[in-house]
Parts: sequence; structure tokens; C-alpha cells
Amino acid sequence: MENYKSKKSGTDRRKFLKLGLMSSVTIVAGSSLISNLSTIGDDTKTSGEKVRLLTPDGKMVEVATENINKYPEALITPAESRKGIPDRKFVMVIDLAKCKNARKCVEGCQKGHNLEYHEEFMKIQLLQNTENEEPYWFPKPCFHCDEPPCVTVCPTGATFKRDDGIVLIDNERCIGCKFCMTSCPYSAREFNWGSEPEFNDKTQPYSPETQVPRAEGTVMKCDFCPDLLRQGKLPYCAQSCPMGVIYFGDKNEDIVTNGDETVRFSQLINDRGGYRYLEYLGTKPNVYYLPPVNRQFPLERGLNHDKEILERYRNVPYIDELLNKKN
Amino acid sequence: MDLNNRKKELVKEFSPMLEKFSPALKLWIGVLVVVITIGLYAFVLQVKHGHIITGMRDNVVWGLYIINFIFFVGISYSGAFISGILHFFKTPWKNSVTRIVEIITVLSIIVGPVFILLCIGRLDRLYYLFIYPRIQSPITWDIIAIITDLIGCFIYLYLTFIPDFAILRDNPDLKIPNWRKKLYRFLAINYKDTKAQRARLHKITSIMSKMIIAMAIVAYTVLAWIFSLTLQPGWNSTIFAPDFIVAGLYSGVGVILIAMFIIRKYFKLEKYIIKLHFVLGGAVLLVLSLLFGYFTFSDYFAKWFSHKMGDVGLLQSLFTKYFWQFIFANYIGILIPIIILSIKKLRTIKLITFAAIIAVAGLWLNRYLIVVPTLENPYVPIQDTRPEYIHYTATWIEWSLTFAGIATFLLLFTLIIKFVPIISMSGIIDNERELQNDKLKLTN
Repeated sequence: MENYKSKKSGTDRRKFLKLGLMSSVTIVAGSSLISNLSTIGDDTKTSGEKVRLLTPDGKMVEVATENINKYPEALITPAESRKGIPDRKFVMVIDLAKCKNARKCVEGCQKGHNLEYHEEFMKIQLLQNTENEEPYWFPKPCFHCDEPPCVTVCPTGATFKRDDGIVLIDNERCIGCKFCMTSCPYSAREFNWGSEPEFNDKTQPYSPETQVPRAEGTVMKCDFCPDLLRQGKLPYCAQSCPMGVIYFGDKNEDIVTNGDETVRFSQLINDRGGYRYLEYLGTKPNVYYLPPVNRQFPLERGLNHDKEILERYRNVPYIDELLNKKN
Repeated sequence: MDLNNRKKELVKEFSPMLEKFSPALKLWIGVLVVVITIGLYAFVLQVKHGHIITGMRDNVVWGLYIINFIFFVGISYSGAFISGILHFFKTPWKNSVTRIVEIITVLSIIVGPVFILLCIGRLDRLYYLFIYPRIQSPITWDIIAIITDLIGCFIYLYLTFIPDFAILRDNPDLKIPNWRKKLYRFLAINYKDTKAQRARLHKITSIMSKMIIAMAIVAYTVLAWIFSLTLQPGWNSTIFAPDFIVAGLYSGVGVILIAMFIIRKYFKLEKYIIKLHFVLGGAVLLVLSLLFGYFTFSDYFAKWFSHKMGDVGLLQSLFTKYFWQFIFANYIGILIPIIILSIKKLRTIKLITFAAIIAVAGLWLNRYLIVVPTLENPYVPIQDTRPEYIHYTATWIEWSLTFAGIATFLLLFTLIIKFVPIISMSGIIDNERELQNDKLKLTN
């Protein structure tokens, strides 16, 4: 069942990817090197030529050119996408003190995943801990749990947990029973109810890592953008947040970054009282929250949106009060 | 042997049921076919346009279909349970109802799973369940349990039909087309009603009757687990499996009583289906309504009293948005049957049937309240969602497929009744044979 066709090239590529990721996280020069090499790899397929590469720790290594494929454009097939990026354990930290519901993360994600304007992998909830506290904006992606209820109940293995902690969906395997949607206590999953023209877009081959193109009658959700991670980039939401609310990184390296600052994950969590949402459910999420203390923006700022967005909060209990306060 | 004559007599007595299709019956079949055709059209539309034309959305991902699925499988399970138990009784009155129960059992296990298929987004990939199976998934358990149950029920129904097929085969005077006679001959598998054959058939049937009870309980428990194994507030409850078992019996007995009433009236079987049947069925329904009421009360009472965060939201919506449905499902649907069935004066055939109708309607609504409001009240409050995605309203597609399912059930029932007498002839014969033997023993 594992992908036997691309096994050889796959493992080699993986070794290379590891290099690529390492280099790009630490050295900016690394990424330009990769993009140059990708063009070389194209026309010298079986030449047996070797290329010298610089690793992050300053060593020179030789790599056969045929092992350098069209990365980053390389397609990660559904079978390959089940393995995950080696030695990684991805984690997200969301700083609630900085979130003002600018919705840039939602928009960035929609653009990156070819979603319609009203479809979203990331939702911004307006939550309130107790009635004495002010509500706060709460970006909610998929939590990529270590004990994912959605994966347990899937009857065909269409949704799976990878070694790097990411939970993905293979929409070519999904039969659309929606059992994963009812078992996710965080309502992180969405369904493709109807057919849209872009589903038939065959210009881009399907990969569970991009979830593009989507397929009718299948489930989709936030995927932590593994295609970007392979290129050493941050997920779309973290990239697009103007406030640096979303930190993303690797638990193994104990590093998270929001693009502006890079911090130790453990230190951030310990110093700022990081927690996981609904911890008692025992799903062990990989998304952490920093409590909304010392807020940088007044809450009402998050309501500076057009009517259509405000409609999405119509059934929130305290929304009318807030809207009055704003006007 | 006067038993052979008796067989002829019985065939003669039941022959109008088997031979003629009266205009009223033709009209009835016509109406059912129309309803089914509309349902098929709705199904074609759903396949063509996708689930977007149903009322199901990202929050309420399961709707009428899964409710009907639970409902029909529940009836089947209950039928299996009751016919299995009836098999142990050696009373003459059971012959009038066993066949009704067995047919209901098999038909509802055929119709029920069709509804779960309607729920599946990609029917074209259904075979993935078998080529990429994951035994960890409760859905896989459910598939195994339901297929086993379906096959078991089929075998059981067929076993109970064999002696009657043989009797029908041995009566060539029946005014029926030749293909039917051939079919009887084929289906009777050379059963000659000899002593050895009878003993063997009896042995197999009694093994099967025990097995289908077990299979039905397993199937329905697994079905309840589809809900209670999730973390959702309102579903994640240990009482769910036993509650489903009792609720299934409750609706099943109700459906059997309604079927008895209609069959008795239409085929003028007052001689066979007597008041005693209704009173006994009513007694069973009374016990079940008390049990079901008790289970339902315990479940909601614990939720209300402990008022956990998730449960509070659910109860609030049950007592506001779904107030009347809640009252009907959990008060009227339980209390009215209890009142009717516990007062001796009210225990007439009509009122018992009325109680059964209330019970079945209440139970269907109870299933609706288990599925829809729970999905509307997840852990994380539904926010930042398209307003039309928040609440569930079934569309005409779902309703017409629901009615098509009911119509299919009724149509198949009607056709089976026309094919085999609804009263088990062999059961009557067996009973009379035993009486004869007893008499012989006494005279010796």
C-alpha cells in the first residue's frame, strides 16, 4: 500500500528536503540555493553529475543531481504525504493578547487553499471565559491533536496522523461519511457540499498537503500548510497576520516564530501561561494559546468589518452590546 | 391423514389473499410506486448536484437520513428480538403474529441501511470501505454488524417460509401464474414435511432464532456507539446503547401493533388476530414505555442536574427552539401510551393502536432530537459561520426520500403478503398436530 513506485526517489528526496528545511530555517541564502538547483535538476536527469551543497552547520556535501527534483514544485503524492517531514514535530502558538480579528489569517488561508470567500479553515471565535471578563478574539485552526478522534473513527484511513504531528485528509480516499466531522470536538472540519468549477481544475495535480484541487463530497480542514513547511516557509495564516499573533515552529527544536521574532517554545509557554483549549477532553492538541492579558487592542476593533462578516457573528450572545459600544 | 386436508383447507381459506389484486390494492400499489418514483427523482438530483441540495451543512452534518436509519434499524432489531422470543413459546396465538414480525424485521433492515448510504458524500467510492478497511472505526463495526444481521434475518425469514412454500407447492389448484408455482417449487427446496425434515428444520430455526436476537443486539449497540463514542456533549453518554435497545423495542412493538391493526382490518382476519393479541402487545408496549421513559428521564435529568457547559447549551435549545418537539417526543410520546395501556377500560383494539401510533411518532421525534440539536450545540460555539449554516431544516429532497423509504417498506410488505399468507399455515398445522398427539397420548 505504501508508494512503491516512488520509493527510491522518495527517500533520497526526503534526505534532501531535510537539508533544505534546515538550511532555510537558519540561513536565508539556503532558499535561493534550492531554487537555483531545482532548475539544474530538471534537465540533467540521469547524468550522474554531483553537486556540492552547504549544510546549515557549515559542512559541504555532495548530492547526485537526479536526487534533486523539481522542489519546491515537486508533487507530494497522497502516499508520500502520509509519512510526514522527518524529525519534525510542528506546533502552533496563538497569542490572544495581540489578536484584533483583522481576519488577515483567514484571507491568507483562503487564498492559499483556493477557498471561496465564505469558506474557512481558520475561524475567529469571540469567546468569553467568565461573565466578569471581557470577551476576546480566538483564532481557531485545526488543533492537529496527538490523540485525534477524527483519525480513530475514519473507516477508510482517509484522514491520518503523520510523524511530524500533522493531521491530513486524502480527499481521493475520503468517502464523505462525515463521521470525522461529528467526532471532532472543535468543529475544525468542513465539507464540500456542492460542486464548484475549480474542483475540475486539472492543471495542478492533487496533493493532500495542499488540498488543491478540492473534491465534491469530501472533507477538508486546516492542514498546517506542509507544502510551505517543506519550503521552509510559515503557514499562510502565520505569514499573513499583521500583528504576529500566530507563532509556528518545531517542538523538537523548541523554536517557534511569527516571522518577526523567533523564541523558545517552552519558554514562551511557561512564561506566558500558555494553555491548550479544552485540555480536559484529552485530545492533546498541538495548538497552544497565550491568554488575552495586557491586550494591545480594544475588543471592538475586531468589528470594523463589512456587514457580511458581522453577519457571521449574529448568534454570539454579547455581539449586540459590543456593536453598540463601537458606534 | 386429515392434516393434508387441513392444509388444503387453509390454502383455500387464504387463497383470496394470494390470488386476487383488488382495485383498491392496485391503487395502493400505484400510490406507493408514485411516492417511490418521486424519491428516486430526488435521489438522482442529489447525486447530480451533491449534498448541497439537502439541508445538511457543516454543523449539522447528519440529518433526516441518519434519523431514519436509526429508526428503521431499530424496528428491525426489535422485530428480530420479538420473533426470536416468540419462537420459544408454544402457544397457538403466536401463529397469527410471527409472520408479521418476521417480515417487518427483514424489510426494515433492508430499507434502513439505504438511508445511511444517502448520507455518504461519495457513493462512487463506497467500495473503499472494503479495500481500505480500518477495523478501529466504529463505522466498520457497524457495517460488519448490519451485514451479518441482514443475512441472519434473511435466513431466518426464509427458514420460517419453507414449510409454507411446500404447502403452496402441493396445491396446484391455486389460480396463480405458472411462474409463481415454479417459484414455490424452487423455494420449497424439496421439503416434504417428513418427520426427519421437520425435526431438522425446527432445530435450525431455533438456533437461528437465538442467533438473530444476539446479532440484533450487537448491531443496534454498535449503532448507538456511532454517537456515544464521540466526544460531543449530548452523545457521549454511557446510557446510549441500552437506551437505543429499549427505544428500538418500543418503536418496533408499536409498528407491529399498527401493522396488525391494518392487516386485520384489510384482510378481515378477525378470526386470527384477536383482541388478546392487542392486549398482550399493549402490555409489552406498556412495560417498554415505562422503561424508555425511565431511560430518557435519567439521561436528561443527569444532564440538567450536573449542568456541564456543553449540556446546558443543548438543554437550553431543547427547551426553547425545540420546545414542542421535546414535549411531544418525551412527554406525550411516553405518557399517552402509559395512560392508555395501564387503564383496563381504555384497552380497546383502536385505542391500543392509537397508543402505538403515538409511541412510534414520539420515538421518531426523539431520534430527531438526539441528532439535530446535539449537532447544533457543539463544544466550541458555532460562530464565524455563514448564517445559513447554523441551523438545520430538511429540504424536500430529504423528505421525499424519507417517504420513499417508508413507501418501499410498505410496497415490499404488500407484495410479500400477496406471495405468502400473512398467517403462518405451517404454524397452525404444527399446533394442531401437537394437539392431536396430546389427545392420542391421553387416550392411550
